[in-house]
Amino acid sequence: MPRARTIIDKIWDSHVVARRDDGECLLYIDRLLLQENSFHGFDKIRREDRTIRNPGQAFAFSDHYVPTVGREQGLDGIADPEIRNMVELIESDSRDNDITLFGLGDIRQGILHVVGPEQGITQPGLVIAGADSHTSTHGALGTYAFGVGSSEVAHVLAVQGLWRARPKTMRVLVETPLSDGISSKDLILAIIGRIGAGGAVGHVIEYAGPGIAALSVEQRMTVCNMSIEAGARAGLISPDDKVCEYVKGRPYAPSGELWDKALAYWRTLASDADASYDREVRIAASEIPPMVTWGTNPEQVAAVTGTVPDPAAESDPGRRTRMERALAYMALEPGTELRSIRLDRVFIGSCTNSRIEDLRIAAAVAKGRTAQVPTMVVPGSGLIRQQAEEEGLHETFLAAGFEWRSPGCSMCVGINGDMLNPGERCASTSNRNFEGRQGPGGRTHLMSPAMAAAAAVTGRITDVRELTGEG
Amino acid sequence: MEPFKTITATAVPLDMANVNTDQIFPARFIRKPRAVGYAQFTFHDVRRREDGSLRPEFPLNEDRYRDARIIVGGANFGCGSSREGAVYTLIDSGVRALIAPSFGDIFAANCLKNGVLTVTLPDDIVAGLREQLRGADRPVLAVDLEAQAIVMPDGTTLDFSPDPFQKHCLLNGLNEIDLSLEFAAEMAAFEASYRERFPWLAPDAQRTRG
Repeated sequence: MPRARTIIDKIWDSHVVARRDDGECLLYIDRLLLQENSFHGFDKIRREDRTIRNPGQAFAFSDHYVPTVGREQGLDGIADPEIRNMVELIESDSRDNDITLFGLGDIRQGILHVVGPEQGITQPGLVIAGADSHTSTHGALGTYAFGVGSSEVAHVLAVQGLWRARPKTMRVLVETPLSDGISSKDLILAIIGRIGAGGAVGHVIEYAGPGIAALSVEQRMTVCNMSIEAGARAGLISPDDKVCEYVKGRPYAPSGELWDKALAYWRTLASDADASYDREVRIAASEIPPMVTWGTNPEQVAAVTGTVPDPAAESDPGRRTRMERALAYMALEPGTELRSIRLDRVFIGSCTNSRIEDLRIAAAVAKGRTAQVPTMVVPGSGLIRQQAEEEGLHETFLAAGFEWRSPGCSMCVGINGDMLNPGERCASTSNRNFEGRQGPGGRTHLMSPAMAAAAAVTGRITDVRELTGEG
Repeated sequence: MEPFKTITATAVPLDMANVNTDQIFPARFIRKPRAVGYAQFTFHDVRRREDGSLRPEFPLNEDRYRDARIIVGGANFGCGSSREGAVYTLIDSGVRALIAPSFGDIFAANCLKNGVLTVTLPDDIVAGLREQLRGADRPVLAVDLEAQAIVMPDGTTLDFSPDPFQKHCLLNGLNEIDLSLEFAAEMAAFEASYRERFPWLAPDAQRTRG
């Protein structure tokens, strides 16, 4: 009988181009995803006079530096010459190298990890390298996807492969479905809180079990997106009918006879039932409440019903020091009720939570209520923005006093100019609460779209269940 | 790429776990061309207060560590964003070797591509090394990649086991793209059979849309 294999084994085995004596494999890369910060990679290609092997397998996205207001002005809407230069560079590098660009002015433009799946560029069984650490997002469709730096961007452009050692595997088995009103953001924050910010270093995580099967494909993207925040090389989920249905009919998805062939293959990809993993973590998701980070990395997270933890109660000295430093940066006192923490800003967006389902959930909470603090909603793509407007979600947001913006990474990383002022405290649906991530001196509390909307209409961290009557 | 053979230099202990690449190289500097010199950005917001003055408590601001070319860090060093600028800024500051219990995967790959050695050693050993550096008159380490050995301030030697390929590339200053292009025949054969097996992934099939 053949050895039982995980989806990771199956994808890996079908992508090995060559194997070195030390065991490292030249792994075939199906798609390379690029963004403005890839310019060093193109510089390297030019400097070393390399030929790009398959420009049709690279896709470029203007997302990190694009403005989220004044889009009708195009490039002229970008006042800062350095920021504008970044958007111009990805345009010229794509054009010069015959690479498809989802750029400013294109209705399909948006965050690379939103647009890839939306366009059907992401499909089950692929290996995808992306010039961004949140490339793990694409794993929700049963693809092995990971972030790379500029040198490896150049390597993929020239070679169409990357050298990798077979990763260790970790299965996160979500044994029960989430409770009503709890989102997959709460789930992934709880998982990271459990295994730690470095808990999955060297591993690829496969999320599995009834709690994962019950999630929509978009919700799965939120989970896989934050795999990197646990240190994982990638995070993925065995594709099921929901995934195949999601991909069907998208612009880059196969059709006709090729669709049938693809579908037959995709149905062989799921991990074998008796496949083994290097590590396994079990999570009872039905017990997870809404989660909020209190510190400066995503492992520093607690139930919204809880309090800011006390470093004095922490026995591990390293952890204690990190907690003290985080609380000093966040200007929080141990024992403070999380629900009493007042906010200055709210950000709903990012590759973690800017898809249509996220916007629907946020709008449902915002409906008939009024923002107490400046709140911006930044959809993940132009098509999502369009769909939300067709559904009237933007009217709900605008009526509540939320800003309705154009797509991009925006205040997740703050490099397009959307950023916090020093000392400001923000409820954010993004993925990193690092010191200064949303702007120097800014303080970030990560949470779900429902929780962020609840925070917006109360001006403080709020258990969304108190507003919606769920839970 | 500049080969890495040995280095004898000041080593700075950074007693922080989960140091992320946003800390090493804040995102707002990514848009700067490399030609401006990235040394000015290294650990920018950790080193400096909002008014630009130096935080005396940050080790790299202490006179004894100011010319450090080796960093002895905590677990999961270089986690977070894939920005390669985090490596460029260290190189421009003179850093050529990093020692930690574990590294962010993408960051470690970026180091290798740029000739920066990452040495992984057990947590307690690294903690002891940081302790010794803090207590030493001269916080200097000698790292010898060929011999796979680190000489500590007290004269004792620590052995380490680099990945053989990493060692080979660093010692010889090899450009990995050149090495990989030697597999061009294997790649061509692979691609031909791959596209036959998965015809919906052929570049033509991908380009017809959009």
